[in-house]
Amino acid sequence: MTGQICDLPALELVRRLKRGEFSAGEALDSTLARIELVEGRSGSVQNTSADPLDAARVHAYITVTRERARQQARAVDRALASGEDPGPLAGVPLAVKDIFCVAGTPSTAGSRILANFVSPYTATPVARLEAAGALTIGKANLDEFTYGSSNESSAFNPTTRNPWAADRVPGGSSGGSAAAVAAGEATLSLGTDTSGSIRQPAAFCGVVGLKPTYGRVSRYGLIAFASSLDSPGPLARNTTDAALMLGAIAGPDWRDSTAANAPLTDYVAELEAGVQGLRVGLSPDFLRLRTPDAETGELREQGLQPEIEQAVRRVAETLAGLGAEIVEDVPMPSVRFAIPAYFVISRVEAASNLHRYDGVKYGHRAAGPAADLSQLYRRSRGEGFGTQPKLRILMGMYVSGAQYEKRYYEQALRVRTAIRRDFERAFDQEGPARLDALLAPTTPTTAFELGKVYGDSVLMQYADLLTVPANHAGIPALSVPAGLDTSRLPIGVQWMGPDFSEATLLRIGRAYERATADQPWRQIRPAILRELMSA
Amino acid sequence: MPEYESVIGLETHIQVKTRSKIFCGCKADSWNDPPNVNICPVCTGLPGVLPVLNQEVVAKAVQLASALHAESIQGESYFARKNYFYPDLPKGYQISQYDEPLARAGRFELPLPGRALATVGISRLHLEEDAGRTIYQAGRRLIDFNRCGVPLVEMVTEPDLRSADEVAQFLIRLRQLLRWLDISDADMERGQLRCDANVSIREPGSQQLNPKTEIKNVNSITNVRQAVQAEIERQIREVEAGRTIESWTLDWDDERGVLSRMRSKETEADYRYFREPDLLPIRVEETEKRALQQALPELPLARRARLVQAYGLPEYDAEILTEERSLADFFETSVKAYAGDPKRVSNWVMNDVLRLIRQAGATAGELGLQPAHLAEIIQLVDSGMITAGVGKELLEQARNAERSPRQLVEEQGLIQVTDSDVLREAAGKILQANPDQVESYRAGKKTILGWFVGQLMRETGGRADAKKARELLQELLER
Repeated sequence: MTGQICDLPALELVRRLKRGEFSAGEALDSTLARIELVEGRSGSVQNTSADPLDAARVHAYITVTRERARQQARAVDRALASGEDPGPLAGVPLAVKDIFCVAGTPSTAGSRILANFVSPYTATPVARLEAAGALTIGKANLDEFTYGSSNESSAFNPTTRNPWAADRVPGGSSGGSAAAVAAGEATLSLGTDTSGSIRQPAAFCGVVGLKPTYGRVSRYGLIAFASSLDSPGPLARNTTDAALMLGAIAGPDWRDSTAANAPLTDYVAELEAGVQGLRVGLSPDFLRLRTPDAETGELREQGLQPEIEQAVRRVAETLAGLGAEIVEDVPMPSVRFAIPAYFVISRVEAASNLHRYDGVKYGHRAAGPAADLSQLYRRSRGEGFGTQPKLRILMGMYVSGAQYEKRYYEQALRVRTAIRRDFERAFDQEGPARLDALLAPTTPTTAFELGKVYGDSVLMQYADLLTVPANHAGIPALSVPAGLDTSRLPIGVQWMGPDFSEATLLRIGRAYERATADQPWRQIRPAILRELMSA
Repeated sequence: MPEYESVIGLETHIQVKTRSKIFCGCKADSWNDPPNVNICPVCTGLPGVLPVLNQEVVAKAVQLASALHAESIQGESYFARKNYFYPDLPKGYQISQYDEPLARAGRFELPLPGRALATVGISRLHLEEDAGRTIYQAGRRLIDFNRCGVPLVEMVTEPDLRSADEVAQFLIRLRQLLRWLDISDADMERGQLRCDANVSIREPGSQQLNPKTEIKNVNSITNVRQAVQAEIERQIREVEAGRTIESWTLDWDDERGVLSRMRSKETEADYRYFREPDLLPIRVEETEKRALQQALPELPLARRARLVQAYGLPEYDAEILTEERSLADFFETSVKAYAGDPKRVSNWVMNDVLRLIRQAGATAGELGLQPAHLAEIIQLVDSGMITAGVGKELLEQARNAERSPRQLVEEQGLIQVTDSDVLREAAGKILQANPDQVESYRAGKKTILGWFVGQLMRETGGRADAKKARELLQELLER
């Protein structure tokens, strides 16, 4: 790592800031300078033509909120000067996925329909991060309404590119978040994970992504996709930062009835406890990937990139070397139905959640007079929504119709229960496996090329094959970088654990991180940084 | 129309009286408020907001369900989304309950004309949020979101009502119950109680349910009665003419007093219900349920029966006194303080106290008259210390008064004048001042005596003992 403030991990940045090595203003300047260097044009609905420069830049943001961050930095510096505690995240540059409402900022969800929507209120997790002293640098690009795994469906162009290879996607939907953290355009990012939207881009961009237990972090102010699955969570440079950030955002919220009252843990304090005696499982169902064929329903094998499986094995060996017990062959028979069930549940909820965007109260309204109400709706929604929301509305309306509801939606809910049972059995301390965590690849492949998968909604959905089971079950899952493939693209592995076991997952992640700190792949920086910083 | 029996079921929406809305902290009651003042990101459905259930609404709904003897107040019931587009429905779905309502299988007992004590089945009772209000003005559609998120209980009856009069009676009794339990102000004109009626007809003795029509948008009990009556008559005409009844939805036009058919587009919808993922199940613990049931006051009919039994009141009195709960309370407390004939208290309450209540547009509880003061006034009249007329005036003065009626009487010198000398002197003056009237009396127009009594009353500020005054005047005139 270089000596630049914007490349420091959050915990270290805060320590050095508090020691007076630099000010919050300087931390902000460092990050803004990095943005100047690598960001290129930020995404906009106005941008239609391609610019040759776009190809070698990150484009992590839709909106950069310089003034907001500047004011927050001043407040931190004032607090420091007067001897007050500026908060556990004092001066830490933060990118907020643009699916969160932040008062006074365009809160777009990556959609044309909300391109002009400026939120009058701030989402709970964002408010908590700001109260902890974080500097909100901007709103990160994402797939439209989070519907995607590549960022390519955003209405804000150019969409985010992978800092490791500009011709690759950053993953999604929290693609802008992951890319920003990887490229030093933010130290932390707040993302959301509905089927893998934190973990998959984290894996693709070589950063840490944590999907907390459903309800651990309030959803208030998160523009809903699939309300029963959406989980806000951290994207960070390392597990320590993820722990630090989780501590700031977790906890009950009277504004969200589904936010859990479960006791909070000091996630940072427990980090270094090691893995001695922990039981970590491997399941063939997360390595030999089988999914029903979209046409015939027959089970088909989906490819898993061999280097990724090897990475998982190496991680298991490392943990075993640290004293963990590796439990092989844990059966998870229901996860193969996770994608079809997710397809149904998420689209039913999404279609309903999208009802409110009608051009009447806020957001895009078709210009000119409308003949009647339904024409106003049709035109506003027709112009405002991109392909992904439209597909999801069609699908959601179809499977929730009175005549199909039993066949699809109720069936999908049963699958979801079955998946939850698989995990409960695996984590049951009286059961045969008695796992503390299940280890699995985060993604079937490393970052794919821009334009290669986009357009095939079903294929794109399979990018979430390994991540969505944790969403169905509501359990926490932590993805960490575990090497590079031969194309020097990051590989991610994840641990899934029982409800509210974030501290354990972070402990395992931290132990693995420490054990591999000196490995050569950890010293390699994303290609875009290497190129632009040497230029 | 003896050859047909009408079969009517009601779907009522009751606005639950709470300080704040069902899913946010905004003020629930916006009556007389300008549009769009009691709103927030939650009730206007901004992106990212979440509903939070107001437990007060659940408590009141459970109370209502208990009063309706609902056998199954669910320990766990669920909210569901009812999806449809309308500009005054800001989320594009209404949070309601669908497959698992708060309560089922209740019954409402009420006296109906011609049936002693009828039982109307309540098939279900559930919670939901209200939508906003669309106002059409000069070709524009204006939306007032104040009403969005106002708590409602939807209550659906079995088809147990048999005439338009029964429907009206049902609504009157329901309104009485809702006010009695302080669950709702239940003012139909203010939309706090809304009613859709499902109407069909059949041959008497038949158990079959024929195709029904649904009447919507009726906003007073009188109009519900009229609309249902009109629809029954229309259905009879149709059947007599050999036509069949189709399941239409009918819209009541208040001004013209006619029903018109709504377009089928507005009525055939698939709401795509599914469980609301943003809210937890509504949990009503057994202990909570019992506590709420035990806290239920004596219900209107039971109270009416007890007033007849315990105080020997006529049914008529008991009915009026139980019209509203604080009135019944006022009566009973007054009776205790009075310690005399309850009928005497009843007469005072029904004639004089009720007149003050009507004038003030308040309830007995809001009137500011203490039951003990009423009792004292009646006692003062009984003892002859004041006249009945002075007593009535005292009632008005006793409202919000710090002094007791007795003190008021003493301070203002209102004690009845029974002293014959005083009265004789005053009567003498009146006779002297009105020779013409004295002449006509003596010429045989005896009815003019009443006029003389009135004059004497005026002279004494209403304090003259009426009986004595009459005797005295008569004596002087006859002389």
